[in-house]
Amino acid sequence: MEHGQRMTDGRKRWLWLAGAVVWLGLPWLVFGNNYVLSTLVLIGLYALVGTGMTLLMGYAGQISLGQAAFYGMGAYTSAYLTAHAGWPAWLALVAGAALAALVALVVGIPVFRLREHYLALATLGFGVIMFTFFKEWKGITGGLNGFFGIPPIRIAGIPLQSDWQFYYLVSSFVLAGGWFARNVVRSRVGRALRAIHGSEVAASSLGVNITKYKLQIFILSAVYASVAGSLYAHYVTFINPDLFGIIPSIYFLIMVIIGGTASVWGGLVGAAVYVCLGEWLKAVVPLLLPNAGGEFEIVFFGLLLVIMLIYMPNGLTGVAPQGLRRCWKTSWRQSERATAVDSHKARSIGGEQG
Amino acid sequence: MSAMLLEVEQLSKSFGGIQAVQNVSFYVKKEDIVAVIGPNGAGKTTLFNMISGIVPPTSGFVRFQGAIVSGKQPHELAMLGMTRTFQNLQLFADMTVLENVMVGFHSRLKSGIVSAGFRLPRTVKEEKQAQEQAFFCLEQVGLAHLAWERAGTLPYGMQRLVEIARAAVSRPSLILLDEPMAGLNPQESKQLVDVLLMMREQGFSFLFVEHDMETVMAIADRIVVLDYGKKIAEGAPEEIARHPDVIKAYLGEEAV
Ligand SMILES: Nc1ncnc2c1ncn2[C@@H]1O[C@H](COP(=O)(O)OP(=O)(O)OP(=O)(O)O)[C@@H](O)[C@H]1O
Ligand SMILES: [Mg+2]
Repeated sequence: MEHGQRMTDGRKRWLWLAGAVVWLGLPWLVFGNNYVLSTLVLIGLYALVGTGMTLLMGYAGQISLGQAAFYGMGAYTSAYLTAHAGWPAWLALVAGAALAALVALVVGIPVFRLREHYLALATLGFGVIMFTFFKEWKGITGGLNGFFGIPPIRIAGIPLQSDWQFYYLVSSFVLAGGWFARNVVRSRVGRALRAIHGSEVAASSLGVNITKYKLQIFILSAVYASVAGSLYAHYVTFINPDLFGIIPSIYFLIMVIIGGTASVWGGLVGAAVYVCLGEWLKAVVPLLLPNAGGEFEIVFFGLLLVIMLIYMPNGLTGVAPQGLRRCWKTSWRQSERATAVDSHKARSIGGEQG
Repeated sequence: MSAMLLEVEQLSKSFGGIQAVQNVSFYVKKEDIVAVIGPNGAGKTTLFNMISGIVPPTSGFVRFQGAIVSGKQPHELAMLGMTRTFQNLQLFADMTVLENVMVGFHSRLKSGIVSAGFRLPRTVKEEKQAQEQAFFCLEQVGLAHLAWERAGTLPYGMQRLVEIARAAVSRPSLILLDEPMAGLNPQESKQLVDVLLMMREQGFSFLFVEHDMETVMAIADRIVVLDYGKKIAEGAPEEIARHPDVIKAYLGEEAV
């Protein structure tokens, strides 16, 4: 038994090491190919939004069809404050997150009185309103012409402009965001969220303040989206309202459903599949349908969404092969079991009762 | 004379034209075990829903540990030390048995989303404590070996036990049990009666609805009888067993 434990610990350490090598060495593994790196940056940005949404949808069981609005809030706040007000990019990023959190709080209080499709419709409405704001508030957002010339983000005075620099920046955020989400899930708060998903009436009669937790997780998901939006603005240096409308919100939803909610990394998996499929479509469709416009993409992903919901409602992380799933499930269950039994033994030896 | 725990005063509830509960008053003292009995549709569940804050009363009020609590939300009552189980099970089916019971410990922990997200030492300590308490509680009801099973996969009788463990793990001052024996086979019922008797020994107070008269007579200190939403009798088990109205309304049916 102890031997087995040490074996899995050893194997785990190797897995961690291999993961770290792949993560850090990736820009070299792809020979600095900018196309690959920029694809990875995009995956990372969407993964960040997706991680927040996975917490909201997968764990708390609440839906948001307006998540791109928070992505846009982060992007425009960073753009405006750095380009026109001369703020440092990091401070602007924090300001964007604070604004998104505040808006999520104000919107969430009335909206989370609703459930299921009413909630979906209300968040959709919120997305439409924010999109209109981005389009019409020309003094700040530049309207439909877009916002040009967003200055770069700096670390220790060095402006980050190349794809590999952004790869490290964004992937660090994804890892940190995933770590934070994982910690939330494995805590009192995560249990409360899953309890709400399971039975609201039971959760509340055990002391879970349902309204508070729904709001908190909505705010957290807004912060994730806003941070991703800020990074995106500094990455592309040009933004326009179409990136933050209803269609992007739907795509975020599709990513979360593809990735699934069996793990907080579902957002990352979904974003990777979505971006890769999208790139593949761009390459393949013109060969098959020379006159097809951009709409084929939404048709394709719409169909994919329906198929996923029918045949794979738990998404990819929900059907991952046992072996892979064990990496993120059983290993911690085993350690949890060990500590529970150990501490229990310790108490029995101490002779303390109830 | 022990202290008052729960006082129900003239509580009423109507759903449209239906008077589900009418002017019901009774009390539960510390370390009391009080049973609420009555035929189907007598208003027992509605009464429980009002006491636990799930349904607002039409009139009347509830006092818990000396303070008026009508109008409070269920989670506020849980924080004050009142938890409950449900007639139709409300387990968190996708969570493990241990996690279900750990949710029951929610009211005793403090970690918020920030402390949890950064896994601050305080959270780590709290998690360990929650796990220990939940495990201990499962051991007491004899389910420790099932701690890591998904709750939804357990047989019905064990799910009932998990629900009771979940309501008891925070050591509330009062637990409401709505038909804890419903749907159990004789062996499971016996196991549950043992658990309830053990909890009684440990000084738990509870208010429970039960149809099984044998259980009620065995564990209740006092019995409140409802019929068509009204309280028709209240007293010690032996008094209730002899009460003519009760025999007519309730025991009569069973005696035939
Ligand atoms: N939400 C509701 N809306 C309308 N009527 C209701 C509602 N809840 C309960 N009732 C009615 O109130 C009356 C009392 O119901 P309640 O569930 O409290 O009875 P009970 O004593 O728990 O019955 P049982 O032994 O079957 O569980 C019934 O006539 C029922 O139909
Ligand atoms: Mg009932």
